[in-house]
Amino acid sequence: MVVSTEQEHPKKAFGWAARDSSGVLSPFKFSRRETGEKDVSFKVLYCGICHSDLHMAKNEWGSSTYPLVPGHEIVGVVTEVGSKVEKFKVGDKVGVGCMVGSCHSCDSCANNLENYCPKMILTYGSKYLDGTTTYGGYSDVMVADEHFIVRVPDSLPLDGAAPLLCAGITTYSPLRYFGLDKPGMHVGVVGLGGLGHVAVKFAKAMGVKVTVISTSPNKKEEAIDHLHADSFLVSRDQDQMQAALGTMDGIIDTVSAVHPLLPLIGLLKSHGKLVMIGAPEKPLELPVFPLLVGRKIVGGSCIGGMKETQEMIDFAAKHNITADIEVVPIDYLNTAMERLVKADVRYRFVIDIGNTLKSSS
Amino acid sequence: MAKSPEEEHPEKAFGWAARDTSGILSPFRFSRRENADDDVTIKVLYCGVCHSDVHSVKNEWGFTNYPIVPGHEIVGVVTKAGKNVEKFKVGDRVGVGVIVGSCMKCETCDQDLENYCPRTIFTYNSLDHDRTKTYGGYSDMIVVHHRYVLRFPDNLALDAGAPLLCAGITVYSPMKYYGMTEPGKHLGVAGLGGLGHVAVKIGKAFGLKVTVISSSPGKEDEAVKRLGADSFLLSSDPAKLKAAMGTMDYIIDTVSAVHALAPLIGLLKLNGKLVTVGLPDKPLELPIFPLVLGRKLVGGSDIGGVKETQEMLDFCAKHNITSDIELIRMDYINTAMERIAKSDVRYRFVIDVGNSLTQ
Repeated sequence: MVVSTEQEHPKKAFGWAARDSSGVLSPFKFSRRETGEKDVSFKVLYCGICHSDLHMAKNEWGSSTYPLVPGHEIVGVVTEVGSKVEKFKVGDKVGVGCMVGSCHSCDSCANNLENYCPKMILTYGSKYLDGTTTYGGYSDVMVADEHFIVRVPDSLPLDGAAPLLCAGITTYSPLRYFGLDKPGMHVGVVGLGGLGHVAVKFAKAMGVKVTVISTSPNKKEEAIDHLHADSFLVSRDQDQMQAALGTMDGIIDTVSAVHPLLPLIGLLKSHGKLVMIGAPEKPLELPVFPLLVGRKIVGGSCIGGMKETQEMIDFAAKHNITADIEVVPIDYLNTAMERLVKADVRYRFVIDIGNTLKSSS
Repeated sequence: MAKSPEEEHPEKAFGWAARDTSGILSPFRFSRRENADDDVTIKVLYCGVCHSDVHSVKNEWGFTNYPIVPGHEIVGVVTKAGKNVEKFKVGDRVGVGVIVGSCMKCETCDQDLENYCPRTIFTYNSLDHDRTKTYGGYSDMIVVHHRYVLRFPDNLALDAGAPLLCAGITVYSPMKYYGMTEPGKHLGVAGLGGLGHVAVKIGKAFGLKVTVISSSPGKEDEAVKRLGADSFLLSSDPAKLKAAMGTMDYIIDTVSAVHALAPLIGLLKLNGKLVTVGLPDKPLELPIFPLVLGRKLVGGSDIGGVKETQEMLDFCAKHNITSDIELIRMDYINTAMERIAKSDVRYRFVIDVGNSLTQ
């Protein structure tokens, strides 16, 4: 007999889950494992709504199993630590991002690149080491291995810090890895949403000149006045694009819809780098000629390892970087998801779990 | 009134040119400039037939300006050296590759990357500083600014070494730039033609493990037994491709036909690099998910600067690397071009210009 989600583990838990590919979420009783000797348990206070949550809730990537409790931008306060936990204690402000496990024995894990480990366990929708399904942060409590817990610096507000656990590391990591973090460089950011707005903030803090590239002219004021981008380029405006040809050392492309790469490659200087962090599911057209004659590259990047995630959040604290958020109560969740489909948010919804997620029992 | 090619310049020259998009070449009289103080005049002995020559004579890339004299893998001997020229003297064995000029004052030129200068002047089908057209090495002589002339190492055979001036630098440069030189790492070479076979040789000289990736099963013996590749992967065999997934640190993709990138990207390890040096005339499909999930990249590379070309020649001389060639007479060129289009050559035709280009 299959054990129910409520009885699987000893610790009662409550959250909201999607039950099918409609993606509609509703209250869900389940359970979490006992705090193991290396585990940290924490009361969830806030959880960011990442666009990936939407893709997974609707099974748009074909890998979802239901019921699915999304949420991988989770912050809260430690309530219990296992006997072998050294880095955290009760009362600490902590977070969990996109991963809760990895093999710890491959080259990637040895190099602090757990995000590229072939046996990496996602915070939700994955199978944990004990064979049970992982449930994410749209819930009241989290239990995770110490290795995958991030300390949230005291100076950062918890709600604004939550999205850094996915959007933050997803933009910080490629800026570093592809060397687009040198003062004086010129980096373009395509798309001004959850990822894009954080990319602008990080790049500016690194001393980089930033141009936001967007299809929406009405985002210009936001980009320049509010986010302090140095300039704004409307990608549908041929004259503007022409004038900007060959001016960028790199571009961080956050757009996950199918879109043309040729104009972006043209914006790069010779030896420039176009880095994809949005992931369209269909292939894009790659014009080879411009890549060759300018010795340019198109690369990809996926979140970041745990060491780098901690480094990112400490960097954010030092430079007062948080996400621009709209805090919502849990019962607004489905409306928030609908608005997310229409990109109607500046720039991340964060669920006020601590104050609005109440178990009915 | 525009001057005819014969009258444009004071030095008479003779070569073979294509006149229209049929791409058929035939004898062509033209002229070269007087040897100026910075110039070197070269009697052409051999010229490699690059696949780019085939694309260009047929205007497949859309920017050919007829008549066109192709040829950018040129070797010969110096017959004149201008008074400012210190590096070369009459009788020296020299080569000329894909570029004969650049602006010489931009940052890119300062960094010895003349190939990326916005004003690169190509050996053929370009406009020189005096706005006249450049003509390539399917000709009896060429006059070139000394900066763009390469010294040909003594122990490198002129005929078999000629293709290094394009094919050699085209694969050597990205191997250096993208860091594909760590002994023991695994390099895939996609396509076994003019570029591919040189990539195998240079890859082995760098101490890499080399796998040739090809859709032609008949090339396995060649790749492994003759060229010294460590293994051969038949890209048309899905089971073999699957078994090799995630095993390569880098891939040099020399294929110039439109082809699938997804299987090649799948062959790369984490942080792997796929560098394309072939020039398909249409865009390729690039799957983004595998790039993101494996932090992989696809890059391009375009020949190399003059300094690096000299470094490559010296490296090849040290490691006894030359191209595998089929030496042909000038009047075989049209047949040679047809055979190149069918990949029917092991692996570069080289025109014996010195002995067969006659008026």
